[in-house]
Amino acid sequence: MPEEIAISVEELVKSFDGHVVLDGVNLQVRRGETMVVMGGSGCGKSTLLRHMIGSIFPDSGRVVLLGEDLNELDGAGLDRLRLRFGILFQSGALFNSMTVGENVALPLVEHTELDPATIEIMVKMKLEAVGLREHADKMPAQISGGMKKRAGLARALALDPEILFYDEPSAGLDPVTSAEIDQLIMDLSGKLGVTSVVVTHEMDSAFRIASRMAMLDRGRVVAVGTPAEFRDSADPMVKQFINGLAEGPITARRQESNYEEDILGVSPRHGR
Amino acid sequence: MSESAGRKLGVVARLGSALLGLFRYIGGMGWLLADTVRLAARGLFVPGVKIGRPALAAQMIRVGVRSLGIVMLVHLFIGIILALQMAPVLRDFEMVDRVATIVAIAQVRELGPLITAIVLSGFAGAAIAAELGTMVVGEEIEALRAQALDPVRFLVVPRVLATVVMTVCLTVLADLVGMFGAYLTGAGALGISTSVFYHTSVDALTVRSFLTGLTKAGMFGLLISVIACFEGLRVGGGAEGVGRATTRTVVYSIFSLILADCVFTILFYAYDL
Repeated sequence: MPEEIAISVEELVKSFDGHVVLDGVNLQVRRGETMVVMGGSGCGKSTLLRHMIGSIFPDSGRVVLLGEDLNELDGAGLDRLRLRFGILFQSGALFNSMTVGENVALPLVEHTELDPATIEIMVKMKLEAVGLREHADKMPAQISGGMKKRAGLARALALDPEILFYDEPSAGLDPVTSAEIDQLIMDLSGKLGVTSVVVTHEMDSAFRIASRMAMLDRGRVVAVGTPAEFRDSADPMVKQFINGLAEGPITARRQESNYEEDILGVSPRHGR
Repeated sequence: MSESAGRKLGVVARLGSALLGLFRYIGGMGWLLADTVRLAARGLFVPGVKIGRPALAAQMIRVGVRSLGIVMLVHLFIGIILALQMAPVLRDFEMVDRVATIVAIAQVRELGPLITAIVLSGFAGAAIAAELGTMVVGEEIEALRAQALDPVRFLVVPRVLATVVMTVCLTVLADLVGMFGAYLTGAGALGISTSVFYHTSVDALTVRSFLTGLTKAGMFGLLISVIACFEGLRVGGGAEGVGRATTRTVVYSIFSLILADCVFTILFYAYDL
Protein backbone atom coordinates (compact mmCIF):
# COMPACT_ATOMS: atom_id res chain seq x y z
CA MET A 1 0.00 0.00 0.00
CA PRO A 2 1.41 3.39 -0.98
CA GLU A 3 2.24 5.94 1.69
CA GLU A 4 -0.39 8.55 2.29
CA ILE A 5 -0.07 11.63 0.10
CA ALA A 6 -0.42 14.97 1.88
CA ILE A 7 0.01 17.20 -1.14
CA SER A 8 -0.42 16.32 -4.75
CA VAL A 9 0.48 18.79 -7.46
CA GLU A 10 -0.83 17.70 -10.85
CA GLU A 11 0.09 19.17 -14.24
CA LEU A 12 0.25 22.69 -12.85
CA VAL A 13 0.53 25.42 -15.48
CA LYS A 14 0.73 29.11 -14.71
CA SER A 15 1.82 32.09 -16.73
CA PHE A 16 2.09 35.76 -15.88
CA ASP A 17 1.68 38.27 -18.72
CA GLY A 18 2.49 35.62 -21.31
CA HIS A 19 5.55 34.32 -19.47
CA VAL A 20 5.15 30.68 -18.59
CA VAL A 21 6.37 30.26 -15.03
CA LEU A 22 5.05 26.79 -14.27
CA ASP A 23 4.93 24.47 -17.24
CA GLY A 24 3.22 21.27 -16.13
CA VAL A 25 4.56 20.64 -12.63
CA ASN A 26 3.90 17.29 -11.00
CA LEU A 27 4.95 16.66 -7.42
CA GLN A 28 3.71 14.49 -4.59
CA VAL A 29 4.54 15.09 -0.96
CA ARG A 30 4.01 12.20 1.42
CA ARG A 31 2.64 12.64 4.88
CA GLY A 32 5.34 13.27 7.49
CA GLU A 33 8.19 13.81 5.08
CA THR A 34 10.25 16.94 4.52
CA MET A 35 10.19 17.78 0.83
CA VAL A 36 12.75 20.33 -0.29
CA VAL A 37 11.98 22.14 -3.53
CA MET A 38 15.12 23.60 -5.07
CA GLY A 39 15.95 25.53 -8.16
CA GLY A 40 17.67 28.66 -9.34
CA SER A 41 16.24 32.12 -8.94
CA GLY A 42 13.20 32.50 -11.13
CA CYS A 43 12.66 28.80 -11.77
CA GLY A 44 9.13 29.06 -10.41
CA LYS A 45 9.61 27.53 -6.97
CA SER A 46 8.03 30.43 -5.09
CA THR A 47 5.15 30.41 -7.55
CA LEU A 48 4.72 26.70 -6.92
CA LEU A 49 4.65 27.34 -3.17
CA ARG A 50 2.02 30.04 -3.61
CA HIS A 51 -0.14 27.59 -5.51
CA MET A 52 0.21 25.00 -2.78
CA ILE A 53 -1.00 27.43 -0.13
CA GLY A 54 -3.94 28.62 -2.22
CA SER A 55 -2.55 32.10 -2.60
CA ILE A 56 -2.74 32.01 -6.37
CA PHE A 57 -4.55 29.63 -8.70
CA PRO A 58 -3.28 27.81 -11.78
CA ASP A 59 -4.23 28.34 -15.42
CA SER A 60 -4.64 24.59 -15.60
CA GLY A 61 -3.84 21.59 -13.46
CA ARG A 62 -4.60 21.30 -9.76
CA VAL A 63 -3.26 21.08 -6.24
CA VAL A 64 -4.81 18.53 -3.87
CA LEU A 65 -3.99 19.41 -0.28
CA LEU A 66 -4.99 17.03 2.52
CA GLY A 67 -7.47 15.43 0.16
CA GLU A 68 -9.10 18.66 -1.00
CA ASP A 69 -8.82 20.09 -4.50
CA LEU A 70 -7.94 23.76 -4.00
CA ASN A 71 -9.58 24.74 -7.31
CA GLU A 72 -12.93 23.48 -6.10
CA LEU A 73 -12.96 25.14 -2.71
CA ASP A 74 -14.81 28.40 -2.13
CA GLY A 75 -13.44 31.15 0.11
CA ALA A 76 -14.84 29.65 3.29
CA GLY A 77 -13.62 26.16 2.40
CA LEU A 78 -10.17 27.49 1.66
CA ASP A 79 -10.13 29.34 4.97
CA ARG A 80 -11.09 26.13 6.79
CA LEU A 81 -8.23 24.32 5.08
CA ARG A 82 -5.82 27.17 5.86
CA LEU A 83 -6.23 26.47 9.56
CA ARG A 84 -4.64 23.08 8.96
CA PHE A 85 -1.37 24.33 7.57
CA GLY A 86 1.17 26.95 8.56
CA ILE A 87 3.57 29.04 6.52
CA LEU A 88 6.89 30.58 7.38
CA PHE A 89 7.31 33.50 5.00
CA GLN A 90 10.67 34.57 3.70
CA SER A 91 10.80 37.72 5.82
CA GLY A 92 8.92 36.14 8.72
CA ALA A 93 6.00 38.46 7.81
CA LEU A 94 5.32 39.35 11.42
CA PHE A 95 2.69 42.02 11.94
CA ASN A 96 4.83 44.99 12.84
CA SER A 97 2.17 46.71 14.89
CA MET A 98 2.01 43.81 17.37
CA THR A 99 4.48 42.32 19.82
CA VAL A 100 6.01 38.94 19.14
CA GLY A 101 3.64 37.35 21.65
CA GLU A 102 0.59 39.03 20.12
CA ASN A 103 1.67 37.81 16.70
CA VAL A 104 1.70 34.24 17.90
CA ALA A 105 -1.55 34.73 19.81
CA LEU A 106 -3.40 36.19 16.82
CA PRO A 107 -4.48 32.92 15.15
CA LEU A 108 -5.56 31.57 18.53
CA VAL A 109 -7.54 34.68 19.40
CA GLU A 110 -9.20 34.81 15.99
CA HIS A 111 -9.88 31.16 15.33
CA THR A 112 -10.48 29.57 18.71
CA GLU A 113 -12.78 30.19 21.64
CA LEU A 114 -9.97 29.76 24.17
CA ASP A 115 -9.84 32.12 27.13
CA PRO A 116 -6.97 34.62 27.32
CA ALA A 117 -5.15 32.74 30.10
CA THR A 118 -5.02 29.55 28.03
CA ILE A 119 -3.91 31.46 24.99
CA GLU A 120 -1.11 33.04 27.01
CA ILE A 121 0.14 29.62 28.08
CA MET A 122 -0.04 28.31 24.52
CA VAL A 123 1.84 31.32 23.20
CA LYS A 124 4.57 30.72 25.77
CA MET A 125 4.79 27.07 24.72
CA LYS A 126 5.06 27.95 21.04
CA LEU A 127 7.68 30.59 21.72
CA GLU A 128 9.60 28.20 23.94
CA ALA A 129 9.62 25.68 21.09
CA VAL A 130 11.51 28.20 18.94
CA GLY A 131 13.61 29.59 21.81
CA LEU A 132 11.98 33.00 22.02
CA ARG A 133 9.96 32.82 25.24
CA GLU A 134 11.77 35.71 26.90
CA HIS A 135 11.23 37.95 23.84
CA ALA A 136 7.42 37.78 23.82
CA ASP A 137 6.99 41.45 24.67
CA LYS A 138 9.35 42.81 22.06
CA MET A 139 8.19 44.45 18.85
CA PRO A 140 9.29 42.85 15.56
CA ALA A 141 11.44 45.90 14.78
CA GLN A 142 13.49 45.23 17.91
CA ILE A 143 14.59 41.69 17.04
CA SER A 144 17.04 40.27 14.51
CA GLY A 145 16.21 38.64 11.20
CA GLY A 146 16.79 35.15 12.56
CA MET A 147 14.56 35.83 15.54
CA LYS A 148 11.85 37.19 13.24
CA LYS A 149 11.89 33.93 11.32
CA ARG A 150 11.69 31.92 14.52
CA ALA A 151 8.80 34.08 15.70
CA GLY A 152 7.12 33.58 12.31
CA LEU A 153 7.58 29.86 12.80
CA ALA A 154 6.02 30.02 16.27
CA ARG A 155 3.04 31.81 14.74
CA ALA A 156 2.79 29.21 11.97
CA LEU A 157 2.75 26.55 14.70
CA ALA A 158 0.04 28.24 16.74
CA LEU A 159 -2.85 26.11 15.50
CA ASP A 160 -0.85 22.84 15.45
CA PRO A 161 -0.77 22.52 11.66
CA GLU A 162 -0.51 19.25 9.77
CA ILE A 163 1.66 20.79 7.08
CA LEU A 164 4.29 23.51 7.35
CA PHE A 165 5.51 25.47 4.35
CA TYR A 166 8.82 27.28 4.49
CA ASP A 167 9.71 29.94 1.94
CA GLU A 168 13.50 30.28 1.80
CA PRO A 169 13.97 29.71 5.53
CA SER A 170 17.69 30.40 5.52
CA ALA A 171 17.74 33.33 3.09
CA GLY A 172 19.61 36.28 4.52
CA LEU A 173 20.76 34.49 7.67
CA ASP A 174 24.27 33.81 8.88
CA PRO A 175 25.41 30.15 8.73
CA VAL A 176 24.90 29.50 12.44
CA THR A 177 21.41 31.00 12.60
CA SER A 178 20.59 29.20 9.40
CA ALA A 179 21.71 25.90 10.93
CA GLU A 180 19.55 26.64 13.98
CA ILE A 181 16.50 27.14 11.78
CA ASP A 182 17.31 23.88 9.98
CA GLN A 183 17.50 22.13 13.34
CA LEU A 184 14.09 23.55 14.25
CA ILE A 185 12.61 22.30 10.99
CA MET A 186 14.02 18.83 11.63
CA ASP A 187 12.80 18.83 15.23
CA LEU A 188 9.31 19.80 14.20
CA SER A 189 9.03 17.09 11.62
CA GLY A 190 10.71 14.55 13.89
CA LYS A 191 8.82 15.29 17.11
CA LEU A 192 5.45 16.40 15.81
CA GLY A 193 5.33 14.39 12.58
CA VAL A 194 4.52 17.54 10.62
CA THR A 195 4.72 17.32 6.84
CA SER A 196 7.10 20.00 5.60
CA VAL A 197 7.64 21.64 2.25
CA VAL A 198 10.76 23.77 2.11
CA VAL A 199 11.57 26.02 -0.82
CA THR A 200 15.24 26.91 -0.87
CA HIS A 201 18.34 27.26 -2.97
CA GLU A 202 20.77 26.81 -0.08
CA MET A 203 22.29 23.43 -0.77
CA ASP A 204 23.81 22.81 2.69
CA SER A 205 20.49 23.42 4.30
CA ALA A 206 18.61 21.38 1.69
CA PHE A 207 20.75 18.29 2.19
CA ARG A 208 20.55 18.62 5.96
CA ILE A 209 16.79 18.68 6.28
CA ALA A 210 15.37 16.86 3.26
CA SER A 211 13.86 13.43 3.35
CA ARG A 212 13.21 13.88 -0.36
CA MET A 213 14.02 16.69 -2.71
CA ALA A 214 12.75 17.99 -6.03
CA MET A 215 14.57 20.18 -8.48
CA LEU A 216 12.65 22.70 -10.50
CA ASP A 217 13.94 24.20 -13.70
CA ARG A 218 12.16 26.44 -16.19
CA GLY A 219 8.80 25.65 -14.65
CA ARG A 220 9.20 21.88 -14.66
CA VAL A 221 10.28 19.30 -12.11
CA VAL A 222 13.45 17.85 -13.57
CA ALA A 223 14.39 15.50 -10.74
CA VAL A 224 12.85 14.02 -7.60
CA GLY A 225 14.60 11.79 -5.12
CA THR A 226 16.33 11.34 -1.79
CA PRO A 227 19.37 13.45 -0.95
CA ALA A 228 21.57 10.40 -1.60
CA GLU A 229 20.04 9.93 -5.04
CA PHE A 230 20.65 13.57 -5.80
CA ARG A 231 24.28 13.33 -4.71
CA ASP A 232 24.84 10.36 -6.98
CA SER A 233 22.86 11.79 -9.86
CA ALA A 234 24.44 11.64 -13.30
CA ASP A 235 22.17 14.39 -14.63
CA PRO A 236 24.52 17.24 -15.59
CA MET A 237 21.92 19.84 -14.69
CA VAL A 238 21.44 18.42 -11.18
CA LYS A 239 25.20 18.10 -10.81
CA GLN A 240 25.78 21.68 -11.75
CA PHE A 241 23.09 22.95 -9.43
CA ILE A 242 23.90 21.01 -6.27
CA ASN A 243 27.60 21.67 -6.64
CA GLY A 244 27.10 25.32 -7.53
CA LEU A 245 29.25 25.22 -10.66
CA ALA A 246 29.57 28.21 -12.93
CA GLU A 247 29.75 26.01 -16.02
CA GLY A 248 27.18 23.45 -17.09
CA PRO A 249 23.90 23.06 -18.95
CA ILE A 250 22.06 25.73 -16.94
CA THR A 251 24.47 28.56 -17.68
CA ALA A 252 25.23 27.34 -21.21
CA ARG A 253 21.55 27.50 -22.09
CA ARG A 254 21.22 30.93 -20.60
CA GLN A 255 24.09 32.29 -22.66
CA GLU A 256 22.88 30.75 -25.90
CA SER A 257 19.24 31.67 -25.64
CA ASN A 258 19.88 35.20 -24.46
CA TYR A 259 22.15 35.88 -27.38
CA GLU A 260 19.62 34.64 -29.91
CA GLU A 261 16.80 36.54 -28.31
CA ASP A 262 18.85 39.64 -28.17
CA ILE A 263 19.80 39.45 -31.84
CA LEU A 264 16.46 38.30 -33.22
CA GLY A 265 14.24 40.21 -30.79
CA VAL A 266 12.34 37.07 -29.79
CA SER A 267 10.71 37.43 -26.40
CA PRO A 268 11.69 34.67 -24.01
CA ARG A 269 9.11 31.95 -23.53
CA HIS A 270 10.18 31.36 -19.98
CA GLY A 271 10.12 34.42 -17.84
CA ARG A 272 11.19 35.04 -14.26
CA MET B 1 -3.51 49.94 -43.62
CA SER B 2 -2.14 53.43 -44.14
CA GLU B 3 0.15 54.89 -41.56
CA SER B 4 -2.27 57.60 -40.43
CA ALA B 5 -5.10 55.08 -40.04
CA GLY B 6 -2.75 52.95 -37.96
CA ARG B 7 -1.89 55.92 -35.81
CA LYS B 8 -5.57 56.76 -35.35
CA LEU B 9 -6.27 53.22 -34.30
CA GLY B 10 -3.38 53.53 -31.85
CA VAL B 11 -4.97 56.59 -30.29
CA VAL B 12 -8.35 54.87 -30.06
CA ALA B 13 -6.76 51.77 -28.58
CA ARG B 14 -4.87 53.81 -26.02
CA LEU B 15 -7.97 55.79 -25.12
CA GLY B 16 -9.91 52.54 -24.82
CA SER B 17 -7.33 50.93 -22.60
CA ALA B 18 -7.14 54.04 -20.42
CA LEU B 19 -10.92 54.02 -20.07
CA LEU B 20 -10.87 50.30 -19.34
CA GLY B 21 -8.21 50.92 -16.70
CA LEU B 22 -10.36 53.62 -15.13
CA PHE B 23 -13.41 51.35 -15.02
CA ARG B 24 -11.32 48.55 -13.57
CA TYR B 25 -9.97 50.91 -10.93
CA ILE B 26 -13.38 52.20 -9.95
CA GLY B 27 -14.79 48.68 -10.09
CA GLY B 28 -12.05 47.37 -7.82
CA MET B 29 -12.69 50.16 -5.37
CA GLY B 30 -16.42 49.47 -5.54
CA TRP B 31 -15.80 45.83 -4.63
CA LEU B 32 -13.64 46.86 -1.72
CA LEU B 33 -16.31 49.29 -0.56
CA ALA B 34 -19.05 46.67 -0.83
CA ASP B 35 -16.92 44.17 1.04
CA THR B 36 -16.13 46.72 3.73
CA VAL B 37 -19.76 47.72 4.20
CA ARG B 38 -20.88 44.08 4.35
CA LEU B 39 -18.23 43.13 6.89
CA ALA B 40 -18.67 46.28 8.94
CA ALA B 41 -22.42 45.75 9.10
CA ARG B 42 -21.92 42.14 10.13
CA GLY B 43 -19.40 43.15 12.77
CA LEU B 44 -21.65 45.86 14.15
CA PHE B 45 -25.03 44.17 14.07
CA VAL B 46 -24.56 40.41 14.17
CA PRO B 47 -23.90 39.27 17.72
CA GLY B 48 -20.94 36.99 18.20
CA VAL B 49 -19.04 38.21 15.15
CA LYS B 50 -15.74 39.59 16.29
CA ILE B 51 -14.89 43.11 15.27
CA GLY B 52 -11.55 44.41 16.40
CA ARG B 53 -12.68 46.99 18.92
CA PRO B 54 -9.13 47.70 20.10
CA ALA B 55 -8.09 48.10 16.45
CA LEU B 56 -11.01 50.46 15.86
CA ALA B 57 -10.08 52.55 18.90
CA ALA B 58 -6.44 52.67 17.85
CA GLN B 59 -7.41 53.86 14.36
CA MET B 60 -9.79 56.49 15.74
CA ILE B 61 -7.03 57.89 17.87
CA ARG B 62 -4.64 57.83 14.97
CA VAL B 63 -7.01 59.44 12.46
CA GLY B 64 -8.97 61.76 14.71
CA VAL B 65 -7.07 62.61 17.84
CA ARG B 66 -3.59 62.99 16.42
CA SER B 67 -4.82 65.26 13.63
CA LEU B 68 -6.90 67.40 16.00
CA GLY B 69 -4.29 70.14 16.45
CA ILE B 70 -3.53 70.66 12.80
CA VAL B 71 -7.18 70.54 11.70
CA MET B 72 -8.18 73.10 14.33
CA LEU B 73 -5.29 75.39 13.52
CA VAL B 74 -6.11 75.30 9.81
CA HIS B 75 -9.75 76.17 10.48
CA LEU B 76 -8.84 79.00 12.84
CA PHE B 77 -6.84 80.56 10.04
CA ILE B 78 -9.55 79.88 7.47
CA GLY B 79 -12.04 81.72 9.69
CA ILE B 80 -9.70 84.66 10.07
CA ILE B 81 -8.94 84.80 6.34
CA LEU B 82 -12.57 84.51 5.30
CA ALA B 83 -13.65 87.30 7.66
CA LEU B 84 -10.88 89.59 6.46
CA GLN B 85 -11.62 88.88 2.79
CA MET B 86 -15.32 89.57 3.12
CA ALA B 87 -15.04 92.64 5.32
CA PRO B 88 -14.16 95.29 2.68
CA VAL B 89 -16.96 94.14 0.34
CA LEU B 90 -19.51 94.11 3.12
CA ARG B 91 -18.33 97.44 4.47
CA ASP B 92 -19.31 99.01 1.12
CA PHE B 93 -22.85 97.85 1.84
CA GLU B 94 -22.49 98.86 5.49
CA MET B 95 -23.14 95.30 6.49
CA VAL B 96 -19.87 94.36 8.15
CA ASP B 97 -21.65 92.36 10.85
CA ARG B 98 -22.84 90.02 8.08
CA VAL B 99 -19.30 88.60 8.13
CA ALA B 100 -20.67 86.32 10.81
CA THR B 101 -23.45 85.10 8.51
CA ILE B 102 -21.13 84.37 5.64
CA VAL B 103 -18.51 82.62 7.70
CA ALA B 104 -21.10 80.56 9.57
CA ILE B 105 -22.72 79.28 6.38
CA ALA B 106 -19.49 78.85 4.45
CA GLN B 107 -17.86 77.04 7.32
CA VAL B 108 -20.71 74.73 8.25
CA ARG B 109 -21.95 73.87 4.78
CA GLU B 110 -18.73 73.90 2.85
CA LEU B 111 -15.34 74.63 4.32
CA GLY B 112 -15.67 72.70 7.57
CA PRO B 113 -16.14 69.34 5.87
CA LEU B 114 -14.01 70.02 2.80
CA ILE B 115 -10.90 71.46 4.46
CA THR B 116 -11.06 68.86 7.22
CA ALA B 117 -11.21 66.12 4.61
CA ILE B 118 -8.36 67.60 2.61
CA VAL B 119 -6.15 67.81 5.70
CA LEU B 120 -7.12 64.25 6.59
CA SER B 121 -6.35 62.94 3.12
CA GLY B 122 -2.78 64.05 3.70
CA PHE B 123 -2.71 63.17 7.35
CA ALA B 124 -4.61 59.90 7.54
CA GLY B 125 -5.07 58.80 3.93
CA ALA B 126 -1.40 58.90 3.08
CA ALA B 127 -0.49 57.17 6.34
CA ILE B 128 -3.03 54.39 5.78
CA ALA B 129 -1.86 53.81 2.20
CA ALA B 130 1.79 53.74 3.26
CA GLU B 131 1.05 51.41 6.16
CA LEU B 132 -0.98 48.91 4.15
CA GLY B 133 1.48 49.14 1.25
CA THR B 134 4.36 48.33 3.55
CA MET B 135 2.37 45.38 4.87
CA VAL B 136 1.91 44.10 1.31
CA VAL B 137 5.63 44.42 0.63
CA GLY B 138 6.49 42.71 3.93
CA GLU B 139 4.23 39.74 3.04
CA GLU B 140 2.04 40.64 6.01
CA ILE B 141 -1.15 40.74 3.95
CA GLU B 142 -0.35 37.36 2.46
CA ALA B 143 0.38 36.08 5.95
CA LEU B 144 -3.03 37.30 7.11
CA ARG B 145 -4.77 35.54 4.24
CA ALA B 146 -2.73 32.42 4.88
CA GLN B 147 -4.01 32.43 8.44
CA ALA B 148 -7.57 32.62 7.16
CA LEU B 149 -7.86 36.22 8.31
CA ASP B 150 -9.55 38.52 5.83
CA PRO B 151 -7.45 41.67 5.38
CA VAL B 152 -10.61 43.62 4.60
CA ARG B 153 -12.24 42.66 7.88
CA PHE B 154 -9.03 42.88 9.82
CA LEU B 155 -7.46 46.04 8.40
CA VAL B 156 -9.85 47.90 6.11
CA VAL B 157 -13.02 47.87 8.21
CA PRO B 158 -11.50 49.52 11.32
CA ARG B 159 -9.70 52.11 9.21
CA VAL B 160 -12.76 53.04 7.18
CA LEU B 161 -15.07 53.17 10.19
CA ALA B 162 -12.59 55.22 12.17
CA THR B 163 -12.02 57.67 9.33
CA VAL B 164 -15.74 58.18 8.66
CA VAL B 165 -16.58 58.74 12.32
CA MET B 166 -13.60 60.96 12.98
CA THR B 167 -14.11 63.11 9.88
CA VAL B 168 -17.61 63.87 11.11
CA CYS B 169 -16.42 64.58 14.67
CA LEU B 170 -13.56 66.76 13.52
CA THR B 171 -15.88 68.66 11.21
CA VAL B 172 -18.16 69.59 14.13
CA LEU B 173 -15.19 71.02 16.01
CA ALA B 174 -13.77 72.57 12.85
CA ASP B 175 -17.05 74.45 12.23
CA LEU B 176 -16.87 75.98 15.69
CA VAL B 177 -13.18 76.83 15.48
CA GLY B 178 -13.64 78.44 12.05
CA MET B 179 -16.41 80.63 13.39
CA PHE B 180 -14.26 81.45 16.39
CA GLY B 181 -11.49 82.58 14.05
CA ALA B 182 -13.95 84.86 12.27
CA TYR B 183 -15.12 86.13 15.66
CA LEU B 184 -11.54 87.01 16.61
CA THR B 185 -11.25 89.04 13.44
CA GLY B 186 -14.68 90.55 13.84
CA ALA B 187 -14.14 91.58 17.43
CA GLY B 188 -10.51 92.54 17.03
CA ALA B 189 -10.34 94.29 13.67
CA LEU B 190 -13.85 94.94 12.38
CA GLY B 191 -15.49 96.29 15.48
CA ILE B 192 -18.31 93.77 15.66
CA SER B 193 -19.48 93.19 19.21
CA THR B 194 -19.56 89.74 20.71
CA SER B 195 -23.30 89.67 21.14
CA VAL B 196 -24.01 90.87 17.58
CA PHE B 197 -21.56 88.33 16.19
CA TYR B 198 -23.10 85.53 18.24
CA HIS B 199 -26.69 86.33 17.34
CA THR B 200 -25.93 86.91 13.66
CA SER B 201 -24.17 83.53 13.51
CA VAL B 202 -26.93 81.69 15.29
CA ASP B 203 -29.59 83.28 13.07
CA ALA B 204 -27.69 82.20 9.98
CA LEU B 205 -27.34 78.59 11.03
CA THR B 206 -29.99 75.97 10.53
CA VAL B 207 -30.01 72.35 11.54
CA ARG B 208 -30.31 71.60 7.86
CA SER B 209 -27.02 73.36 7.14
CA PHE B 210 -25.33 71.36 9.84
CA LEU B 211 -26.75 68.09 8.56
CA THR B 212 -25.80 68.70 4.94
CA GLY B 213 -22.28 69.58 6.09
CA LEU B 214 -21.95 66.50 8.26
CA THR B 215 -23.39 64.24 5.55
CA LYS B 216 -20.68 65.50 3.27
CA ALA B 217 -18.09 65.00 5.99
CA GLY B 218 -19.11 61.37 6.40
CA MET B 219 -18.97 60.73 2.66
CA PHE B 220 -15.59 62.47 2.45
CA GLY B 221 -14.24 60.26 5.23
CA LEU B 222 -15.49 57.21 3.35
CA LEU B 223 -13.84 58.37 0.12
CA ILE B 224 -10.48 59.10 1.73
CA SER B 225 -10.29 55.84 3.62
CA VAL B 226 -11.50 53.60 0.81
CA ILE B 227 -9.09 55.19 -1.68
CA ALA B 228 -6.24 54.89 0.85
CA CYS B 229 -6.98 51.25 1.65
CA PHE B 230 -7.45 50.36 -2.01
CA GLU B 231 -4.20 52.02 -3.01
CA GLY B 232 -2.35 50.49 -0.08
CA LEU B 233 -3.55 46.95 -0.74
CA ARG B 234 -2.75 47.02 -4.46
CA VAL B 235 0.86 48.06 -3.96
CA GLY B 236 3.33 46.15 -6.07
CA GLY B 237 7.03 46.62 -6.62
CA GLY B 238 8.58 47.24 -3.24
CA ALA B 239 9.30 50.51 -1.48
CA GLU B 240 8.92 52.50 -4.67
CA GLY B 241 5.39 51.18 -5.03
CA VAL B 242 4.56 52.33 -1.51
CA GLY B 243 5.70 55.85 -2.38
CA ARG B 244 3.61 55.86 -5.54
CA ALA B 245 0.55 54.59 -3.69
CA THR B 246 0.90 57.32 -1.08
CA THR B 247 1.15 60.07 -3.65
CA ARG B 248 -1.76 58.67 -5.65
CA THR B 249 -3.87 58.43 -2.51
CA VAL B 250 -3.48 62.13 -1.77
CA VAL B 251 -3.99 63.24 -5.36
CA TYR B 252 -6.98 60.98 -6.06
CA SER B 253 -8.49 61.77 -2.67
CA ILE B 254 -8.38 65.52 -3.18
CA PHE B 255 -9.74 65.20 -6.70
CA SER B 256 -12.60 62.94 -5.66
CA LEU B 257 -13.36 65.09 -2.62
CA ILE B 258 -13.84 68.14 -4.79
CA LEU B 259 -15.83 66.14 -7.33
CA ALA B 260 -18.06 64.64 -4.64
CA ASP B 261 -18.45 68.06 -3.04
CA CYS B 262 -19.62 69.47 -6.35
CA VAL B 263 -22.13 66.66 -6.84
CA PHE B 264 -23.47 67.02 -3.31
CA THR B 265 -23.74 70.77 -3.55
CA ILE B 266 -25.67 70.48 -6.81
CA LEU B 267 -28.00 67.94 -5.22
CA PHE B 268 -28.50 70.00 -2.09
CA TYR B 269 -29.16 73.07 -4.21
CA ALA B 270 -31.57 71.27 -6.49
CA TYR B 271 -33.53 69.84 -3.57
CA ASP B 272 -33.32 73.09 -1.66
CA LEU B 273 -31.50 71.53 1.30
